[in-house]
Amino acid sequence: MSVTADKRELRDDALNGLQLSTRLESLWRTPSGFLGALMSVDHKVVGRRYIVTAFVFLLLGGVLAILMRVQLAGPEQTFLSPDKYNQIFTMHGSTMMFLFAVPVMEAFAVYLVPLMVGTRNIAFPRLNAFSYWIFLFGGCFLWISFMLNVGPDVGWFAYVPLSSLQYTPTKRPDVWAQMITFTEVAALAVAVEIVVTVFKLRAPGMTLDRIPLFVWAMLVTAFLVMFAMPSIMVASTSLILDRLVNTRFYDSSSGGHPLLWQHLFWFFGHPEVYIIFIPGTGMVSAILATFARRPVVGYPVVILSLIATGFLSFGLWVHHMFVTGLPQLGAGLFTASSMLIAVPSGLQIFCWLATLWDGRPVYRTPLLFVIGFIVIFVLGGLSGVMVASVPIDTQVHDTYFVVAHFHYVLIGGAVFPLIGAVYYWFPKITGRMLSETLGRWNFWLAFVGFNVAFFPMHILGLIGMPRRVYTYTAEMDWAHLNLLSSGGAAIFAISFALLLANAILSLRSGALAGNNPWDASTLEWATTSPPAPQNFDRIPVVKHRDPLWADNESLPVVVGLSLERREVLLTTLAEADPQVREASPEPSIWPLLTAIATTVFFIGSIFTPWAVLWGTPPMAVALIGWFWPGGSKENEE
Amino acid sequence: MRQTIVRNVADLPTYGYGPRSGPWWGAMGFIALEGMGFAIAIGAYLYLYAVNPNWPIGAAPPDLWPGTAETVIYLLSIIPNEVTNRAAHRQDLAKVRVGLIVMALIGIALLVLRGFEFAHLNTRWDNSAYGSIVWLILGLHTTHLATDLGDTVVLTVLMFTRHAKPRRFSDVTDNVFYWNFVVLAWLPLYVLLDWVPRL
Ligand code: HEM
Ligand SMILES: [Cu+2]
Repeated sequence: MSVTADKRELRDDALNGLQLSTRLESLWRTPSGFLGALMSVDHKVVGRRYIVTAFVFLLLGGVLAILMRVQLAGPEQTFLSPDKYNQIFTMHGSTMMFLFAVPVMEAFAVYLVPLMVGTRNIAFPRLNAFSYWIFLFGGCFLWISFMLNVGPDVGWFAYVPLSSLQYTPTKRPDVWAQMITFTEVAALAVAVEIVVTVFKLRAPGMTLDRIPLFVWAMLVTAFLVMFAMPSIMVASTSLILDRLVNTRFYDSSSGGHPLLWQHLFWFFGHPEVYIIFIPGTGMVSAILATFARRPVVGYPVVILSLIATGFLSFGLWVHHMFVTGLPQLGAGLFTASSMLIAVPSGLQIFCWLATLWDGRPVYRTPLLFVIGFIVIFVLGGLSGVMVASVPIDTQVHDTYFVVAHFHYVLIGGAVFPLIGAVYYWFPKITGRMLSETLGRWNFWLAFVGFNVAFFPMHILGLIGMPRRVYTYTAEMDWAHLNLLSSGGAAIFAISFALLLANAILSLRSGALAGNNPWDASTLEWATTSPPAPQNFDRIPVVKHRDPLWADNESLPVVVGLSLERREVLLTTLAEADPQVREASPEPSIWPLLTAIATTVFFIGSIFTPWAVLWGTPPMAVALIGWFWPGGSKENEE
Repeated sequence: MRQTIVRNVADLPTYGYGPRSGPWWGAMGFIALEGMGFAIAIGAYLYLYAVNPNWPIGAAPPDLWPGTAETVIYLLSIIPNEVTNRAAHRQDLAKVRVGLIVMALIGIALLVLRGFEFAHLNTRWDNSAYGSIVWLILGLHTTHLATDLGDTVVLTVLMFTRHAKPRRFSDVTDNVFYWNFVVLAWLPLYVLLDWVPRL
C-alpha cells in the first residue's frame, strides 16, 4: 500500500484558465436550492451569514440603546417602567457583548483568514457551519424570550445573589445563563478553527514573520477565547445548576460564595474586552498599510504587543472588584498590571502613527474610521488608566463615568475599526464598492454623534449620576447633559442608518470592484471579488510579507492538488513547507441537525433536568451522522 | 494576474499522522479548552476549600475504593492504548480492531465504576457547596469520558466496515492520543477529590 495517491487522478496542472476555474467551482460550490444552502460548509457563505446576523443583533441592541436614551433624555420620564428598563439595559449589554461584538469579530475571521493565508477553506468546515447555527439559535432564543417578557433583567454580568433563585425566582436568569452557553460553544469552536487554519493551512512560504497582521490579531484573539471562555461556562453552568437542581455554589448559607461568581465572571469578562479590541487592531493594521501605501512600521513590535496584551489581559480581572474589599497588596498589584497594559497598546499606536507619517496616506472612508478609532481610543484609554487606580475607582464606581469609559473603549476600540473594515472589505465580499460620499457622511456623523453621546457621560458620572437607574429627579441638575447625550445618540444612530442605506444601494448599483480595488498587498486581493467557491484556482506561494506588492507581475503558485476531491494543502507550523494534501469535508446537513438537537437539549434543560437524559440520544445520533464518512469521493487508496 | 508555477505537490501524501494531520491539531485545540475547563473547576474547588473553615462540609470524605480502582485501570489502560497506537502506525487492521474493542471495553468498565463513585461520594450535590463542586467536577470528567467512549465505539464500527481505509488509521492514532489526555486529566482530579478532603 502506498501513501501517495493514484497517479491517474486528474490534477490542477492538467487544466488551465477557464477550464480549471469551472472544474474547481463545480467541486467546491455549495449545492443549489434551499436544502443546499442549509448544507453549506464554505467559509465564505458561513462567514457572510455570520457577519450579517451579528449586524442584525447590533441593530437590535442599538434600538434598545435608543430606547434607554429616550427614557433618560429628561428627568422623571415614564416612557419605560423600571422593570422594562432593567430588562432593556441587560438585553442591550448582553446582546452587544455576546451576540454582536465577539461574534462579528470571529465572523470576519471566518470569512477572511482562509483567504488571507491562501487556502481553500477553513479547518473543520462542518464545525464552522455548526457554530454559526448554534450562535443563531442562541441569539434567537434570547430575543424570543425577551419578546415573551422573560428576557433577563439582572445586568449583562448577572451578579449573584441577585441572579439567584431566592431573589429572582423567574426563568429570566436561566435564559441568560443558557444563552451564554450557546454563544460560548459557538465562539470556542470558531477559535479552534482559526488556530488550526493559521497553524496548518497557510500558503507555502508564509513563514511566521510573513503572516498578515490581521491574521496575527485573530490568532491571538482565538487563544484568548480558548483560555477565557471556559471560565464563564463553568460559572454559568454552576449558576443554572444552583437555580434548577439546588446546588449551592453561590449560596453563602451552605458554604458557597457569591464572590466566586465574580472571580469566574471577570476572569472571562476582562479578557473579553480584549477579545473585542484585538481584532479591531488587526483591522486597523490592515487598513492602515493599504491606505498609507506602505507596510505597517514595526511589524515585530506590533506582534509582540498583541501577544503581551493577550497575556496581561488575564492578570487584570480583579480590577472589576476593587470595591469588594480585597486585600491591599493584591489591589496594588492589580492596579499596576492594569496600568501596564496601556504600554503595549501605546506601542501599537506609535507604530500606526509612524506608518501614517512615513506613508503617502490616501484619505478614503476606511482610513477615516481608523483615525477616528485612534482619537477615541486614546481618550478611552486615558479614562481607563484613571479607573485602574483604586482611589478613583472607588469614587466613580458604578457611575456614568464607567459607562462613558467602556463605550469609549468598546466603540472606539472595536466598532470604529469594524465600520472601517466594512468599507474596506465590502468590495471583496460583494464585488461592489460602497459609495465614498455616503461613507464620508457616515464617518462624520458617527464621530460627532458618538462624542456628543458619550463625552457628557464622564461629567455626569463625576457629578454623581449612578448607572442602571431608570430615571432621576430634576433637582439633580443632570437634565441638560442627559438631553445632550441623547441627542448625540440619535446622530450616532443616523450614521448607522446611513451605513445600511449605503450597503443596500451599493449592492444593487455600486461600482464594480475588480480583484484589488485598493491596490492592497495581502492574498485575499489576489482572487476575484467575490471569491469563487475554491478561493484560488491555484494555491499561491508567499515569498514576501506583502506578496501582492512584491510579486505584482506574476503570482507564484503550486500545482498538484486533486480535481476529483476537495483538497487543502497542509504546511509546517513555522516555515509553512508543504506537507500533506488533506481532504476537506463535503457539504452536509448534519451540522444543522446537530445544532437543532443541541438547542433542544439546552432549552429543554431549563424546564426539566430530565432533558439531559432524553436530549442526549438525538445529539449522539446527529454527531454520528456528522462524522460518518459520506459516500462521496473519499480517499480510496 | 499571471501565475508562475514554482512547485508541484502531487507527490505529497494525502494523510499524515500526529502533528502532520489536521484532526490532530483539532484534538489539541479541544484538549486545551477542556484542560482549561478542568483548571477552572479545580480553581473553584480550591477557592471554596479556602473560604470554608470545615472541609468537607458536613460529610465524610468520599470512599476511596472506586476512585482508586479507576486510577489503576486508567494507568493500566495506557498499555493496550499504546499497543493500538503502534498497530495503527503499521496499518495492521486485525490488531487495530482488537485494540479498539479492548479500549471500548475499558471505557465501559470505567463508566460503570464511575456510577459507583458517585454513589460513594458520601454527599449529595445539594448538601453544601462542597457536594456541589465535587459533583460538578466528577460530572465534567464523566462527560469527557463518555464522549471519548462514544468516539471509540464509532471508530471501532468504522474499522469493521468498508470505511476501514488507510487514512482511518490516522484517526485511530488521534483517538489514542486523546485517550492519554483523558487519563492525564483524571490524575489531578483523583488527588483533589479523594485526598484533599482527607488533609
Ligand atoms: C448607539 C450606541 C450606544 C448607546 C447610545 C448606548 C447606551 C448605553 C447606555 C445609556 C447604557 C447604560 C445603561 C444603564 O446603566 O442604565 C449602556 C450600557 C451598556 N452598553 Fe451601551 N450603548 C451603545 C452601544 C454599545 C455597544 C456597541 C456596546 C458593546 C460593544 C455596548 C455595551 C454596553 C454594555 C456592556 C452596557 C452595560 C449593560 C449593563 O449594565 O448590564 N453599548 N449603553
Ligand atoms: Cu477589565
